[in-house]
Amino acid sequence: MAAEQAAKRAVKPALARVKALSKQYVQRRAFSRTKFVVDALKNVDLEIQPECLTALVGSSGSGKSTLASCLAMLEKADAGEIWFEREEISHCSARELAWLRPKIQMVFQDSAGALNPLFSAAQIIAEPLEVQGRESGRQVRRRACELMEEVGLSADWADRSALAFSGGQRQRLAIARAIALQPTLLILDESLSGLDLVTQAQILNLLADIRVTHSLTYLLISHDLSLVGQVADHIAVMHRGTIIERGTRQEVFGGAQHEHTRELLASTQTLESAFRTARPGMRP
Amino acid sequence: MLCFLFADLAPGSFFDEITLNPQISPETVAALRSHYGLDQPTPVRYVRWVTSVFKGEWGYSFAYNRSVSSLLTVRAGNTLLLTGMATLLVWLIAVPLGIWIADHSDGWVDRLCMRTTSVLLSVPELVVALGLLYLVVRTHVLPAGGMVSLGFDQLGRWSKLSDSMMHLMVPVITLVLSSLPILLRHVRASMVEVLNTPFIHAARGHGVARARLLFYYALPAAANPLISLFGFSVGGLLSGSLLVEVVTGWPGLGPLLLEATMSRDLYVVVGAVMSSTLLMIVGNLLADVMLVAADPRVRMQ
Repeated sequence: MAAEQAAKRAVKPALARVKALSKQYVQRRAFSRTKFVVDALKNVDLEIQPECLTALVGSSGSGKSTLASCLAMLEKADAGEIWFEREEISHCSARELAWLRPKIQMVFQDSAGALNPLFSAAQIIAEPLEVQGRESGRQVRRRACELMEEVGLSADWADRSALAFSGGQRQRLAIARAIALQPTLLILDESLSGLDLVTQAQILNLLADIRVTHSLTYLLISHDLSLVGQVADHIAVMHRGTIIERGTRQEVFGGAQHEHTRELLASTQTLESAFRTARPGMRP
Repeated sequence: MLCFLFADLAPGSFFDEITLNPQISPETVAALRSHYGLDQPTPVRYVRWVTSVFKGEWGYSFAYNRSVSSLLTVRAGNTLLLTGMATLLVWLIAVPLGIWIADHSDGWVDRLCMRTTSVLLSVPELVVALGLLYLVVRTHVLPAGGMVSLGFDQLGRWSKLSDSMMHLMVPVITLVLSSLPILLRHVRASMVEVLNTPFIHAARGHGVARARLLFYYALPAAANPLISLFGFSVGGLLSGSLLVEVVTGWPGLGPLLLEATMSRDLYVVVGAVMSSTLLMIVGNLLADVMLVAADPRVRMQ
């Protein structure tokens, strides 16, 4: 049933498409003029279908986060094209990107570092609304409290510092902030790493609910193939800056072609037990 | 107490040189020592000195024949004028420049500034002062010493201000060139660290404008080490320019302290060190208060 739904969604034109994207980082050795070039992305092609969960997996340093940053236009790619809602965005200026910013939002791995330590929970969620001029004054605060409730946080905690929340609660806060601008694409950059299995499962349940209510498309970045095997519609495997394998979840799990994908599959640990033990409505 | 003890333990006294003068009899020297209480044991002299501190005199200068506090007030005022001006300039330059460099980190601007600051850091303050003095003596664009020109009293109000400013230039530039590299590097390092944190990336993703991102988001988050440094700056207002004052002839605490140390004018030395210590304590206290006010993380702790 899920596969059929994914197939139906796949018929729609891609929400985002990356063509031959390349990105290099030039690094210098300390006390030396020697430079060395790191190919973070090499001719990467990727399609993200609307309202699907596309997972980007690979080991550390494979280029997943760089691809996400380029897609969110937080970094400029050196070459290639990035299409979003049928617009080529890779060469847009900061001013031209103003319309795009609210549509692509990211949730980062480091939940403590991803929230402004000087802001309260309500200020953190209100920030994008104020920046984009969506709401003003009391409406912003009310909307921030609504979003807190939506992600399972009490609105009574609105004035607490972000640092007073647990890791799982901070990730919920980051999700609330990300959905405040009603984005089309939500990039989850290792957002579940560093959380215990039960909390991971709870956050995944929350993301699944939000995906339905907000008609969201997810790009889930993870090094954990077992985790994405539970939730992804499409999977792309990255290795040393290139996508070495892509397909539906069944295709990748059923018949991995590349040696590195098979290695990743072999090293996976199942989350099923965690899903079973995580009771609905339980908050981290 | 330690300050007094260490100054007192130093060998010799103010009257040692007088004993070498054959025209002054040992009885006269003994009478002078007795008059100033130097024949008393250290604890007694310490208690007397503490009493005079509470009276606001801070002891007595043998060389100037007046209370230490009256000497220090004038000299400390001159020093504060110099260091206050230099500190203000350093912060006004270092904060915006450091933010700008951090925003262009790994670019040519960053590399140029880092190399320039490395060079400046390796040049001692004394060499900078001597180099500037050499330049002004050769070019006559600025006065090469002192605080005011001859005939200062006959000048009008604006001319007096202009004359004072011109005399301030050499010591102020020396102090700015000496302390700017350290502060600039701290501002840059703090800002680079914060600019690479995910919350800044998230704010960029929300469409926050660059200037707002730098000054409203990044700078407050990067401010803690800078606030601590500001406390040290305030604490060093009296003691940070002693050598420069001596070299450039600025009539502040530096020449007074040097003179007092050489002539073993005990209470002046103790008074100058005490006033610097007090300002250091005030500076650190101010930094702590500012940290609590600026950062909720510190308040939580």
